[in-house]
Amino acid sequence: MTAPTPAAARRARSRRAVTPLAAVCVLVAGAALTGCGSQRDSDVYTVMNSSTDESYHRWDARAMARCGRRLGVTVEQRSVPAAQVMTKALRMASSESLPDIVQFDASEMPTFAGAGGLIDLRTLGLRTDGIPRGIVDFGSYKGTYYGAARSVNTLALFYDKDALAGAGLGVPRTWAELRAAAKKLTHGKRYGLALSAGGAEDGVFQFTPFMWSNGGDERHLDGPRVVEALDFWKSLLDDGSLSRSTVGWTQADVNDRFMAGNAAMMINGPWQVETLNTHKSLHWGIARIPVPKAGDRSVGPLGGAVLTVPNTGDRPRERMAGRIVACLSGAKEQLTYALNSWMVPAAEKAAAVWRERVPELDALADQVATARSRTAELGAGWPGVSLALQSAFQSALTGESSKAALTRAQQRATSGN
Amino acid sequence: MTTSTVTVPARGAAGAPGPGRLRLRRRLAQWGFVAPAVVFMLLFFGYPLVRNVVMSFQHYTPETFFTGRAPFNGVDNWSHVLRDALFGRALWHTLVFTAGSLLGQFCAGLALAVFFSRRFPLNGVLRSLILLPWLVPMVVSGIVWRRILDQDTGVLNSFLDTLGLGGHTPWLTSPHLALLSVILVNIWIGVPFNMVILYGGLQEIPAELYEAASLDGASAWRTFRSVTLPMLRPVITVVLVLGFMSTVKILDLILALTDGGPADATQTLGTLTYQNSFVQLDFGAGAVVGNVLILVSAVFAVIYLRAGRSEGK
Repeated sequence: MTAPTPAAARRARSRRAVTPLAAVCVLVAGAALTGCGSQRDSDVYTVMNSSTDESYHRWDARAMARCGRRLGVTVEQRSVPAAQVMTKALRMASSESLPDIVQFDASEMPTFAGAGGLIDLRTLGLRTDGIPRGIVDFGSYKGTYYGAARSVNTLALFYDKDALAGAGLGVPRTWAELRAAAKKLTHGKRYGLALSAGGAEDGVFQFTPFMWSNGGDERHLDGPRVVEALDFWKSLLDDGSLSRSTVGWTQADVNDRFMAGNAAMMINGPWQVETLNTHKSLHWGIARIPVPKAGDRSVGPLGGAVLTVPNTGDRPRERMAGRIVACLSGAKEQLTYALNSWMVPAAEKAAAVWRERVPELDALADQVATARSRTAELGAGWPGVSLALQSAFQSALTGESSKAALTRAQQRATSGN
Repeated sequence: MTTSTVTVPARGAAGAPGPGRLRLRRRLAQWGFVAPAVVFMLLFFGYPLVRNVVMSFQHYTPETFFTGRAPFNGVDNWSHVLRDALFGRALWHTLVFTAGSLLGQFCAGLALAVFFSRRFPLNGVLRSLILLPWLVPMVVSGIVWRRILDQDTGVLNSFLDTLGLGGHTPWLTSPHLALLSVILVNIWIGVPFNMVILYGGLQEIPAELYEAASLDGASAWRTFRSVTLPMLRPVITVVLVLGFMSTVKILDLILALTDGGPADATQTLGTLTYQNSFVQLDFGAGAVVGNVLILVSAVFAVIYLRAGRSEGK
């Protein structure tokens, strides 16, 4: 009786051990198979974007539904956080499961295009007439038009009308005026100016109008023009017009300070307008970012996203994706999107209509007209320079000399590329 | 069923072939038990680990995702990363961060564990309240602490202000202070873990030892040094090694608090891997930093296993 029991039990156990093993194998095989590109539904097209905010997601969904109806297909939206669009798209590329359309931030598009992941939109029948040269370049990489912009944005100077009127000040137009006004408006808990110098793309985006309006160039971070621009930021900080916390702020933090009355002016973009408008007691105005000397051109950074068609190898689907992009970035949809999001339509005609409809943001349209794309000169090399620049202005704002910080940044940028 | 009826008598009658087959079968059964774990480990730990090591010797760029080609470039990634001044700084920050966090967490955790090992009213309630930081997700802690430590509007500074202690400390915005602030927040997060494990260890120490010590007239400090600490040693090893491994690779807390800034003052190996791989999309360089982290953790994992084995003997 005693002898067979352990043996039988052992066998039973060994048989039982096979079951989990088999289960694991089945699971693994299943996972591997589903990873290898799911079958596409012939009438369903997917768009990957970063519209994770409820309002943006809703506006996009409606636009996609309208375009889908017009073209007789279903357009589905998949939104992922902005910081994940690129890495997710790359992963999807390696598993050959790319969506039909990807909306990239314009500063990221060159990286994906440079890797050979995008299709020239002109070959899909998209036209660029009526779109300003700067915005066509914005969606292009090495001369090829890969990304259609619906709307563009840039930075501007937002100011509290009541605060400026209370101090008897006009809207500053030059650096000297900005510095004087900011100093005069700094009072108690309120700083004269708020801007983002945080260690991310936000901070770099905000530094570019000062760098570019002064004639600086991202290829020579240690150039005297860039140093001067950074010294100007430092002077605002030394005056006490700018909070020392500015090195930890994102653009959303800056907006919070402005709305709470802790800053009389701020550098920010139109995407904050929706939030600003919820605050009825705040009377804000908008102006171009001040320039070094009267008569200089105010050059802001061109921001926004572009719709691209990834290279999936399925030509008929790519053609249809091209038509969806054409519809979404068409003049009519541009205007709807721009009116919703407070951004400036890409096409000239739509922008003209937009100016009439939203006269209070006129300054923004002017700023867009002269704005510059961050990646125009460096293309896929931008992220490295951006990281070096972040570190540099943070060092300078926390004590180091601008010259030393930028010299190091230039070395880092050069060795990184 | 049929085999069992055949095998069993055979084993009883003609000893020789039976044990051999049985041993084989037993071996198979043993491997059958181990196999799922081995397959799991190979798939989910072994493969990524090997992949990461290989990747650190490859020129791995966004293009690789399309072409599948990642040419080997020898030690280029390694020399590039190791020569970068930022790597040196990040390594130093990682050491300071890990050592500071461990020391702070352990001392505070041990003090609290000793404190709570005595009986007093509300002991249980207080003990569970102290567990709270452990329950809050790391990113949430990071965001809340970012608000608390804000220079202008933070609660901490206004509290210090009302006490007349200045109140304009740039906790997270000064390159000299930021690392210290991040360490302090991490200590706050890690204290409960240390306390719980050490408290458990303290409960295991027989009361007779303390009785004997008090009969011998040992002072409180002498009792702690000669009874509590030696008896706790195995638990202390566990706490420190596990604490080390979770601290050395920390990423989420630092990203939420400072993003590695200001001016790279809180950049650690963890944030550097993230930045290399997911911001600059230089996956080869990211893998190098990741491998350094794995290596450091592996050393401590071995220490941990050794400690566990000697304890078992």
